Amino acid sequence: MPPARGTPPALLIGLPSLAAILAALASLFIGPAGIPVADSLAALSGHGDPIVRAILFELRLPRVALGLLVGAMLGAGGASLQGYLRNPLAEPSVLGASNAAALGAVVALYFGLAQAHPMALPLLAILAALAALAPLLGLAGRSESPLGLILAGIAVATLAGAGISLALNLSPNPFAAMEIMSWLLGSLEDRTPQHVWLAAPCIAVGLALLLWDGRALDALTLGEDSARTLGIDLRRVRVRMLIGLAVGVGGAVAVSGAIGFVGLIVPHLVRPFTDRRPSSVLIPSTIAGAALLTAADVAVRLIPTNAPLKLGVVTAFLGVPVFVFHLLRERRLW
Amino acid sequence: MVTIRIEALDVALGDRRVLAGIDTEMTGGGLIGVIGPNGAGKSTLARAMLGLLKPLAGRVLLDGAEVGTLRPADRARTIAYLPQGQTLHWPLSVERLVALGRMPHLAPFSRLSAADTAAIEAAMAATGTLDLRTRDATELSGGERARVMLARALAVEAQALIADEPLASLDPSHQMEMMELLAERARAGTLVVVVLHDLTMAARFCDRLLLLSQGRLMADGSPDAVLTDAALAEVYGITAWRGAAGGTPLLVPLGRS
Repeated sequence: MPPARGTPPALLIGLPSLAAILAALASLFIGPAGIPVADSLAALSGHGDPIVRAILFELRLPRVALGLLVGAMLGAGGASLQGYLRNPLAEPSVLGASNAAALGAVVALYFGLAQAHPMALPLLAILAALAALAPLLGLAGRSESPLGLILAGIAVATLAGAGISLALNLSPNPFAAMEIMSWLLGSLEDRTPQHVWLAAPCIAVGLALLLWDGRALDALTLGEDSARTLGIDLRRVRVRMLIGLAVGVGGAVAVSGAIGFVGLIVPHLVRPFTDRRPSSVLIPSTIAGAALLTAADVAVRLIPTNAPLKLGVVTAFLGVPVFVFHLLRERRLW
Repeated sequence: MVTIRIEALDVALGDRRVLAGIDTEMTGGGLIGVIGPNGAGKSTLARAMLGLLKPLAGRVLLDGAEVGTLRPADRARTIAYLPQGQTLHWPLSVERLVALGRMPHLAPFSRLSAADTAAIEAAMAATGTLDLRTRDATELSGGERARVMLARALAVEAQALIADEPLASLDPSHQMEMMELLAERARAGTLVVVVLHDLTMAARFCDRLLLLSQGRLMADGSPDAVLTDAALAEVYGITAWRGAAGGTPLLVPLGRS
């Protein structure tokens, strides 16, 4: 069957992949230390200055890896949530999952749980994301209006944001205000290889669960009853979606903070080039998410500011116009 | 040929008992219409037959097996559903939309086979939607959309098809076309159950009617036997004119009794 519309799959995967590779290379070779590319290459091949090697392997490589991983998770999370909820405004941060996960991470970090056991940090982030998402996905089945869900999500996000501020205010940390910003806006600065090992397995599980259900998302294009009469077991889909999002977003947020809007922007960038089936948006969104977040993380380093720019600020500037545009289109339904 | 048997079926939505003590058996060979006033439980009966609603009591048997216990894909291959006012949430092309009907036949992560493509083409040909294949399904006229949605349901190639008010928002010509398509399928052996509001259409195209009122099955039989003056007065509170035009028997609601 010839494709009725849309870009050939090879291009749809290939172009975002190329962008992700270029962004990763830029992220590897650009930084405040101003290391010449030749020196970086020498260090990567195991030669050269040990300080340069340390910068590359201990600072820049983890940052590149986290940018790609977190971006991929947020891109896939946005694409699958939009498909599942049939709502172009859905994404993990708009629905409050990111802020809730950040709250879980803050509680683990600033009340000493993370020091007690290294898995406490991602685990609490995952549990908090699960607690935020479960009622929303349960609610979604009963209401046909997309706006009720978004409002509920904004309430959850605001509550979790207030919780983060409260937790940091109460913690003995003297830099509370700075820390609050880091968790609410997200950042990939000063990450270590340990952060990568913490996030990677969670994100791998999350991606696997989300990418599994592409076909169910296509069936949901016709609504829940029709999807069920096409042989989709919606209860299982909901459980996979919930666990995939909570584990993946929880793991991502535990190391990066709540980076907003990536999951919103990316599917909207990708969708016009596909045949509009939710399943055909999933994988390109995953790769494009990795590319976008890594590129934004390069921009954070290139834009000259006094204090280091937060990654979430850049993604918010990119994302809010998309959000407002779709909100205005939804207004027709009020 | 598939048989749907309904035994002492009670269904509740929330606290409200919507269907009570429904007993019947349906099989292919003739178009079966489900009629009744608003709120009589027609759509609920359709959804219970598809296994979308859990019965409070009684059972729905599909060739002897309870629909609720069948594997979702097996059930989906056997009964197709054309819901009332089918919504479409993303602007798929007509061809992609019709292809969704093949989902129950696909193994995980496999592509459409030659048989799938043939079924999609046949469904589009039967509904006259081949010319629409590259159009956005969200931008079709009401009549075009109804035919495309029917094509989606036919593409399942199921032995049974349940259509819930497929005539809503169609003009007279498209209404007759839709009824002819459904009747043709039924006479070819598919078990076709259609929920209808239009008594004229029901009397004219259906071979058998089930009349529901307040959750109970009031009458079950040929249109002549079901649509009696007494039944119309009791269930709908109307009187009707009966006659014929060009050899076609007609029943036209006249006034409230």
